[in-house]
Amino acid sequence: MIGAESQVNSPSSALAGSAPPAVVLTGLTKQFGRFAALRNVTAEFVAGKLYAVLGENGAGKSTMLRAIAGLLQPTHGKVTVLGANSVREVCDQLGYMAHPSLLYDEMSGLENLRYFGRLYGIEDDQRCKDAIVMVGLDPALTRPVGQYSQGMRQRMSLARALQHDPTLLLLDEPFSNVDVASARGMVQLLGRMRDGGKTIFVVTHQARLLADLADEFVWMHAGNINSRVPTLDLEAVQ
Amino acid sequence: MSAPVVLSEAEVKEVSASPAPTSWKITTASLSKDLWLEWRSKDAINSMIFFALLVVVIFSFSFDPTAEESRQIVGGLIWVSFLFAAIVALNQTWAREIRNQVLDAYRVSPAPPNALFLSKALGNFLFVTVLEAVMAPLFMIFYNLKVLGPAYLLLLIAALGTWALVVNGTFFAAISLRTRSREVMLPLILFPISIPALLAMVEATKIVLTGESAAKFWIVLLAVYDLVFTVVCLTLFETVLNAE
Repeated sequence: MIGAESQVNSPSSALAGSAPPAVVLTGLTKQFGRFAALRNVTAEFVAGKLYAVLGENGAGKSTMLRAIAGLLQPTHGKVTVLGANSVREVCDQLGYMAHPSLLYDEMSGLENLRYFGRLYGIEDDQRCKDAIVMVGLDPALTRPVGQYSQGMRQRMSLARALQHDPTLLLLDEPFSNVDVASARGMVQLLGRMRDGGKTIFVVTHQARLLADLADEFVWMHAGNINSRVPTLDLEAVQ
Repeated sequence: MSAPVVLSEAEVKEVSASPAPTSWKITTASLSKDLWLEWRSKDAINSMIFFALLVVVIFSFSFDPTAEESRQIVGGLIWVSFLFAAIVALNQTWAREIRNQVLDAYRVSPAPPNALFLSKALGNFLFVTVLEAVMAPLFMIFYNLKVLGPAYLLLLIAALGTWALVVNGTFFAAISLRTRSREVMLPLILFPISIPALLAMVEATKIVLTGESAAKFWIVLLAVYDLVFTVVCLTLFETVLNAE
């Protein structure tokens, strides 16, 4: 499944050099009842890189992302984000996009961003509009998000996640149901953001889209990080 | 739909850090959003008014009290019908936040949890106040009521009583969010804890309507109840919001 023989069971990044870690997971375990979604995950992710988090369904990818976002309390272990032991301290530097849109269906895209922007102290409409344009949508679109296509909703969700210019972006399945051209556009945007110094985690089943862009492919299996490799073995993702 | 992402690097605007928003700003932003959504859908208001209207009509057909008897029983009737009707709005308080997991977007933001709670409670307070403004005159007509005590006190009792219902209702609606049958759970939790407030509202209203004695004790009781439960709800809401 994974073309990562060289680094299996070596969760600390080979890329970890002088750059400070953006995320440090120490013995992270998350149990839901008797089911362990994450099992003693220890890893360090340096800042300014784009990480593609891959693995089969139920591997723990989304759970790891939610734990980093502070949406889940670890059963055991510790999550350090941007040097803070409590995600709450740095949540204004964090952008999170989940599989559901996290948007109000009854409001237009701009109305949604206007509201969520205020939660981050953004009063300027122009910044909301810029974020919408950035993901390739039209800020003048007045119809409610509930009437958007799934792909448009995904892109609006991305706009919501990045409108406050976060340092750390956590994206769960950003390309699902997005057409190929739009997905490539999103990938280019992520590339520019990474080049601008952001740390980006992308959970995806469409690894090929990130083949030329991601700095590291983090393979997960059964609640643990199986391997971390700098290149994608295309045969492995057939 | 416009073309997919094509902005150049230069167009990806570098934005400076925004000043941290105050709790009150977030409360007002969240409240205006809720009022705007309710204005568009009228889900809560319509169902509350329709429900309360049914209660008034059914009660008026069931009893045929004299004016004096009405003054004795209407305090109970009116508050029980408002409580039942308020449940409709309270159950919908968090429904929109659960759809598409919007609540998670709030949880990952720097916005304080209390601001969200306060906005929801204030929103419900406004919805129930509108209901009371519409229904109170109908109660007066259907039960041929004439207030014998100081009528202005009814406004104070209404404000304190409504807050007692909505502050607990909003809190317990948040608690029952993650339960499977949340619409049944809310009244099961809310009604018992509202008994002291309900008793105070009913007694105070009856006293003002009949003009028999002073309602001060019950009004003070209601104010203390409001204060205690507002503080408790605000203190515990963050835990409720982040519960898994």
